[in-house]
Amino acid sequence: MAENEAIAAAFADGPAFIPYLAVGDPDYEASKAYVEALARGGADIIELGLPFSEPIAEGSTIQNAIVRALEGGMTPSRFFEFVTELDVDVPLVCMTYYNLIYQYGRSRGGAPGPDAFVERAAEVGISGLVVPDLPAEEADPLREACDDHGLDLVFIVAPTTEGERLERMMERVSGYVYVQARLGTTGAKTDVSDQTTRSLQRLSEWDVPKAVGFGISSGDQAARIVANGADGIIVGSALVDIVAEGASSERPVEETAAELEAKARELAEGTREGAARRSPDVDAI
Amino acid sequence: MSGEFEEFGGRHVPEALEEPLAQLAEAFDSVVPTEEFQEEFQYYLKHYGGRPTPVFYAETLSEIYGADIYFKHEDLLHGGAHKLNNALGQALLAKHAGKERLIAETGAGQHGTATAMVGALLDMPVTVYMGTKDIGRQEMNVFRMRLMGAEVEPVTRGNKGLAEAVDAALEDFAQNMEETHYLVGSAVGPDPFPRMVREFQSVIGKEAREQIQELHGELPDACVACVGGGSNAIGLFSAFLDDDVALYGAEPGGTDDSHHSAPLSKSKQEEPQIFQGMKTKVIDDDTENHSVSAGLDYPAVGPEHAALQSLGRAEYHAITDDEALDAFQELSQAEGIIPALEPSHAIALAKKLAQEDRHDTILVNLCGRGDKDMQTAAEHFDLS
Repeated sequence: MAENEAIAAAFADGPAFIPYLAVGDPDYEASKAYVEALARGGADIIELGLPFSEPIAEGSTIQNAIVRALEGGMTPSRFFEFVTELDVDVPLVCMTYYNLIYQYGRSRGGAPGPDAFVERAAEVGISGLVVPDLPAEEADPLREACDDHGLDLVFIVAPTTEGERLERMMERVSGYVYVQARLGTTGAKTDVSDQTTRSLQRLSEWDVPKAVGFGISSGDQAARIVANGADGIIVGSALVDIVAEGASSERPVEETAAELEAKARELAEGTREGAARRSPDVDAI
Repeated sequence: MSGEFEEFGGRHVPEALEEPLAQLAEAFDSVVPTEEFQEEFQYYLKHYGGRPTPVFYAETLSEIYGADIYFKHEDLLHGGAHKLNNALGQALLAKHAGKERLIAETGAGQHGTATAMVGALLDMPVTVYMGTKDIGRQEMNVFRMRLMGAEVEPVTRGNKGLAEAVDAALEDFAQNMEETHYLVGSAVGPDPFPRMVREFQSVIGKEAREQIQELHGELPDACVACVGGGSNAIGLFSAFLDDDVALYGAEPGGTDDSHHSAPLSKSKQEEPQIFQGMKTKVIDDDTENHSVSAGLDYPAVGPEHAALQSLGRAEYHAITDDEALDAFQELSQAEGIIPALEPSHAIALAKKLAQEDRHDTILVNLCGRGDKDMQTAAEHFDLS
């Protein structure tokens, strides 16, 4: 399997802070400023959500972000243009739904299937993909396309993922694995379940970094999760909340961007602090 | 995987939903065939639901349309529509699987009402998700659900209709799956829902197949049912798949080529889409999802119907809002039966088939009664 070098490098110097934003939320220009603010705040990788009109089982925070972005005119073509124009120096991972990936080629007069999308993603500098509604057993065409174009394919492991499904993912994952900290839909919650530790232990034999997401909203939480053995933390809803508030209060873009940068810095520092706090035992996981 | 219908179906969901759906599939496969479950299910269908529902020969309408028209009277099932069959089956299964709470989506409110009924009957709390567009046009069903103790949760996102209600219910399910069963109302969504809903609705076809032979002496030439998600249609068709009987689905053709909910008969794209956890046919991007009937107002269709179409086993035709409304009035006046707007699409298709002389005997699934549509009818036919 192809390993994307940029993503490997992001984990090389210790645990990674991976923020998420929906691209185009609430509009193209503001969204660019927000993503760049995350990079300035210390993101090691950025997950860029490509909005799809029929997301499944997303929490209301992300749902609303997707609706704002779609209303702001976001499309796959605009998304790729956005990535091209983005002035950031960290690897970018695209998070979207499989229908969009699968239909992209056909909608441009080509054959259906994931290759056209992945080719274009590679062209604009995307390093990896996360596709929440793609079961591992149906991921081979996408895995192949990712191999052909040098992209990583990230899978999400839930607290309930076991047995065959876990193995199928392990065989197909590259870059990092997204460890879902708890059940439920995405959304910032103050408690981060101790299912996390158990999940990390379950994945101890996987040779990819384990990034934990779902419900992380503060530097303290980030530090605790990393101290417990995570190789990275993924934060979405807590950041999308800031964008949502900026959009609803019609605050200037720079103010929202500054707030995002500050939140990113808090989370990035928490991630590093957690790494420093790790006991030798934990490192062994 | 099981649950695939040709290239359609499957389970395209986030990983966190995989396990509860796998458990549900397992419970369905192991519990439903048992004698204990079947006895309980049949008991409630008969004594609570009023099964078997009769088949009726519509003499006057047959004369008007020019073919023998028989109706499977699912409108006489308790609650006023076929929805109870599925709601009872799933709720009993949920109880067996140790679930305590039921959630459901609803369009016309018939499925929400059926879920509220079984929730009250089996003492399980119920939350029903319903788009605000549908709450407006199906108010009576909202009152009925609330009266029976269900919470009706208005859904305001997107098109504010059935598809959005499914989304909202899936979200609730993802948050609360340990104690909650998502009682899907149509033969749609990820596996095992399409095959589970077919199983519980198959009683329609099994009864009708016997009854029409008794009444008419032989099998009908054709069966017709309306198709939104397609649960009443698959329930009817399932008993006739191996017979020499033509099968027709009436899709909601809306007002014109850009306003409808008829993916099988009107979508221009050949390729299936991945939608709400299944691979199936969906209306084109430039089409606005629309039907006069809230219960058919769904941009996709159950995967088994997509498969039956691709196999050439069933035909699907679009019926416009106006054609359905005409049939609604014709049946009311000819037979003193007020159908729901949903089966009015099936009646209108039967009329076309009769007038084109394609079949002599047509069995139509009258899947619901029209009380809920009286507001729409009053406005359209100027009844006040």
